[in-house]
Amino acid sequence: MGLTITEKILARAAGLEAVEPGDIVQVKVDLVMGTDVTLPLSILELARMGAERVFDPEKVVAVIDHFAPAPNVEAATRSKMVRDFAFEQGLVHYFEPGYGRSGICHALLPEQGLTLPGSVVLGADSHTTTYGALGAFATGMGSTDIAAAMALGETWLRVPDSIRLHYHGALPKWVGGKDLILRTLHEVGVAGAIYKAMEFCGPTIEALPMSDRFTICNMAVEAGAKNGIIAPDAETERYLCDRTTRSYEALHSDDDASYAATYEFACHELQPQVAYPFSPDQARPVQQATDVKIDAVIIGSCTNGRLEDLRIAAQILRDKRVARGVRLIVIPATQKTYVEALKEGLLEVFAQAGGAISTPTCGPCFGGHMGVLAAGETAVSTTNRNFVGRMGHPESEVYLASPAVAAASAVAGRIAHPEEVVT
Amino acid sequence: MRGQRGRAWKVGDNVDTDQIIAGRYLSLTDPQELASHCFEESYPELTTGFARGDLLVAGENLGCGSSREHAVVALKALGVPCIIASSFARIFFRNCLNLGLLPLECPGAVAGIEPGDEVHVDPATGKIENVSKGLVFEFKPLPCFLQEILTAGDMTAYVRNRLSQARSQKVRR
Repeated sequence: MGLTITEKILARAAGLEAVEPGDIVQVKVDLVMGTDVTLPLSILELARMGAERVFDPEKVVAVIDHFAPAPNVEAATRSKMVRDFAFEQGLVHYFEPGYGRSGICHALLPEQGLTLPGSVVLGADSHTTTYGALGAFATGMGSTDIAAAMALGETWLRVPDSIRLHYHGALPKWVGGKDLILRTLHEVGVAGAIYKAMEFCGPTIEALPMSDRFTICNMAVEAGAKNGIIAPDAETERYLCDRTTRSYEALHSDDDASYAATYEFACHELQPQVAYPFSPDQARPVQQATDVKIDAVIIGSCTNGRLEDLRIAAQILRDKRVARGVRLIVIPATQKTYVEALKEGLLEVFAQAGGAISTPTCGPCFGGHMGVLAAGETAVSTTNRNFVGRMGHPESEVYLASPAVAAASAVAGRIAHPEEVVT
Repeated sequence: MRGQRGRAWKVGDNVDTDQIIAGRYLSLTDPQELASHCFEESYPELTTGFARGDLLVAGENLGCGSSREHAVVALKALGVPCIIASSFARIFFRNCLNLGLLPLECPGAVAGIEPGDEVHVDPATGKIENVSKGLVFEFKPLPCFLQEILTAGDMTAYVRNRLSQARSQKVRR
């Protein structure tokens, strides 16, 4: 019986020939990441464990990105706790706005070449599934599990069943990874992949750039998945060759691997999607949503704040103005993206259109700061969750969409198809 | 780790963590206080009748809903050494093992155990015996490292033991 890519990675990390779904295995971890929100609890737990040093200061990563730059004293205190820990432990990879390399963890770690195909990555954040786009096994855990992994360099995992999601057909113009994953979530449902590995494959996926692949694996967790994964290929290699000199092993699923379920998607007629409040699986084609008036547009996050996302938004916003009564907030996901967007003139396009541009931060995506919503307000956001109150007041509403739809909506003052704005 | 022998208590399918411990008690930190409200509304006979060492038997998807660790803390303080269920919700399963409560997935045993039956569980050999009915069910034995976590008490104690062993080995060298 063949193995899936997820099973192969876990078998290797466990030092076993093979594993099967349901097996509980002890695995070596290649990278453990925490943020300013989750690390303080892990740091306290490490002390209770009597762990004076982390297992490897090159493999434990701290990112201050949620409440960054600190919007209040409480957040500043938590960030300081993480900063002190990072320096005291001599963590090689410590990131914070204003400290040089910085950004939202799930955009930053791949960009810095820290997440490699075939590796096991744990993060104290649910969107850790993002790194599966590079062919890694990556999953989110709670602060205690993360503390144990930081102390020992290993963790235990139950091998998940895999679901195979196969896509064919070329994507139409203005349709990308975000539309594909929103459509997928609509099919699979928010509980459709609980505890499972979502394996995305097929000609449509193979034709996608890394940025879209990250978006897809990022939101695998919205179906309840333990991990999302895409087999590495030439595009993956191209992405990595600029970013790392470390070696890695590209693993692939066997032809006779077994899956708990299989989905097939035809993509040539896929329309831009909009997920209605209050669940990421409530997607409909954008044409059905064009009467929804909006107050705010957020373009950014670990889902859609990469350079490619900003390029698409700028393409639509060039020489346009944000509609009266709508505020646009653009948040490049990393400092590197910020600098590149600056050099390419994208930030000027956003500023000229009337938008506000922020330093990299998770900010409004989790209702933290930097543009949260008031009661009765409606936003189009390129982020990943539109639960009740996720981005502010419980009586605010969030529609999830791609950067293209978000930019077009900012110009139209209501949810709009990009074709309505770009002629 | 040692075998467990006790009387079986049964709960149904999809028993969520709110039914195990209601949200209004989450501000409590004392495990015994939490235990006194465990299953308070969903299975009140369990709250008062459960004796330390009795076994909990549940249906599908035990511990679904909120990820609160309080549910496992309350069950441990109630005296539950081991849960046999048809299946567990993911986070609850992880919380059980990390906090030192043995979760066993064995749908056959759940079907073959009635409330009040005398049950013996042997994690090392992977056997659940319904002593009252003379039935034996098998489950996949837990890997050694998980048994070590349970023997240590919880994940925190397990890591502490591992680190101090590593330190003393270094000293010996």
